[in-house]
Amino acid sequence: MVGATTEAVAANGFTGPAYDEPPIIEVRDLAIAYRGKPALSDVTLDIYRHEIFGIIGPANSGKTSFLHALNRMDAFNTAMEVAGSVRINGKNINHWRNEYALRSRIGVVFPLPVGLPLTVYENVAFSPRLRGIRKKDRLDEVVERCLRRAALWDEVKDRLDSLGSLLSGGQQQRLTIARALSQEPELLFLDEFSIAVDPVTTMRIEDVLKELRSEMTIVLVTNLVQQARRLADRTAFFLMGELVEIGDTEDLFEGKVTDQRTTGYIEGRFG
Amino acid sequence: MFAATPLNRRSYRNQNVARAVFFLMTVALVIPVLIIVGTLVVRGGPALSWEFLFTAPRDNMTAGGILPALVGTIWLVVVALLASVPVGVAAALYLSEYAPDNLLTRTINLAIINLAGVPSIVHALFGVGAFVYFFRFGASILAASLTLAVMTLPVVIVATRESLQAVPQAFREACWNMGATRWQTIRKVVLPNSISGILTGVILEVSRTAGETAPIMFTGATAFVAFLPESVFDQTMAMSYHLYYIATQATDVSEQLTFGVALVLIAIVLAMNAVSIGFRVYLRGLKKW
Repeated sequence: MVGATTEAVAANGFTGPAYDEPPIIEVRDLAIAYRGKPALSDVTLDIYRHEIFGIIGPANSGKTSFLHALNRMDAFNTAMEVAGSVRINGKNINHWRNEYALRSRIGVVFPLPVGLPLTVYENVAFSPRLRGIRKKDRLDEVVERCLRRAALWDEVKDRLDSLGSLLSGGQQQRLTIARALSQEPELLFLDEFSIAVDPVTTMRIEDVLKELRSEMTIVLVTNLVQQARRLADRTAFFLMGELVEIGDTEDLFEGKVTDQRTTGYIEGRFG
Repeated sequence: MFAATPLNRRSYRNQNVARAVFFLMTVALVIPVLIIVGTLVVRGGPALSWEFLFTAPRDNMTAGGILPALVGTIWLVVVALLASVPVGVAAALYLSEYAPDNLLTRTINLAIINLAGVPSIVHALFGVGAFVYFFRFGASILAASLTLAVMTLPVVIVATRESLQAVPQAFREACWNMGATRWQTIRKVVLPNSISGILTGVILEVSRTAGETAPIMFTGATAFVAFLPESVFDQTMAMSYHLYYIATQATDVSEQLTFGVALVLIAIVLAMNAVSIGFRVYLRGLKKW
């Protein structure tokens, strides 16, 4: 179903987020706590296909926890308690019999780059191998395509066999993005991806993200307000575990807000 | 402006004193080792010969070699390893990678620490009760090795768990986020990066197993058999027990012979430790992050 949508969009030229289709992510009354201590409460929102959905907010406002809840990382963290419902593609994520299949369709990029202690090639081939792709030429193709898309190919094509963890910070972050893309994800979560990346690389990655939008839905958590403005179609503002505001990014930045705290944060008066 | 204040001078003096004290302690640590090894080499060295290593004792232990004890020790160590390594590594993998942090896990961890603190003679009595009598293995290599395995299990578990936990959590999370199961993560990322550390732990365990006397003396070691063990149900001689026996029980054993046995025993242990250190150096060179 998603594949069909992507093809249609590609054929017609990408026209923007699919607000007329059912949302890809439906979050209802989501609450997250760690050992009973609330981290996020009462979040209800929809994210639509081919949208870049920005989440802004200061540290400790529950942004990362939100992403963790969406791909069921609570299964690996006994301290994390999740209430409410999240539906992806119309299906409650707690009803996926195999949560690993869910995660394999969601690419995640962390704040600090994590190059697995494998070669550059194996870093990107990891997920395809998990999916059962064995043939060398097929893997080569996936690795090259993903590294090109992450704007890293030219820098590493001659050293695919060296360790991914030995690349520079900015390169490792692009490697992480290539790895996420190698999952052929329907959803791409970026969690403050530019913290450890220089500004030039950040701009290159941002250009990549704009292109990727035609193929996938991107949830962009960022503490750089201007980054959300540059990229996001709609933006949500989280503050101290509360969803304060959600709206079209341009509206928020033009001051069309319902809560003055949003303006305060966007204009840099706090946070 | 940059002149040293009295406080600067005092700090400087204190740090020199601290360094001197720590250096002396370190020297104090090395001296006994040097004395032991030196004495053994000087007094036991002349006893060493091919005949010493490759023949059985003769004339009521007063002459001949140590072959049955050497071979017996190898049997004991290998069988103990076969029992303790799979169990220990699997348990460590469970505790480190799967177990939720709950009361049961904490109890198991506590039990492991306690198991490590049980004196070896208590392990020996446990071995007699459990393996010799209850499981009816009799006094045999099997019973002795299993006793050694139980005793060294905590070493394997702790060493394995530590090398597993030295693998950064971020690697696991990156794998999980790609949809890898815990087992796929362990197999592809965690184990390849901790295997050297696990091997180091195993080798340390070997050296400990080779030197133990108490756990084997009631469970399978015997003072003298002229033949080499043929199966795990045989009794056997062992280096450590042989040393104990000729030093305290047998009469008219030359001092040189006793020191020779001790020298071979300590050479085995030191050689294994050297291999372990070698692994560790190799591991550092291989460190991938």
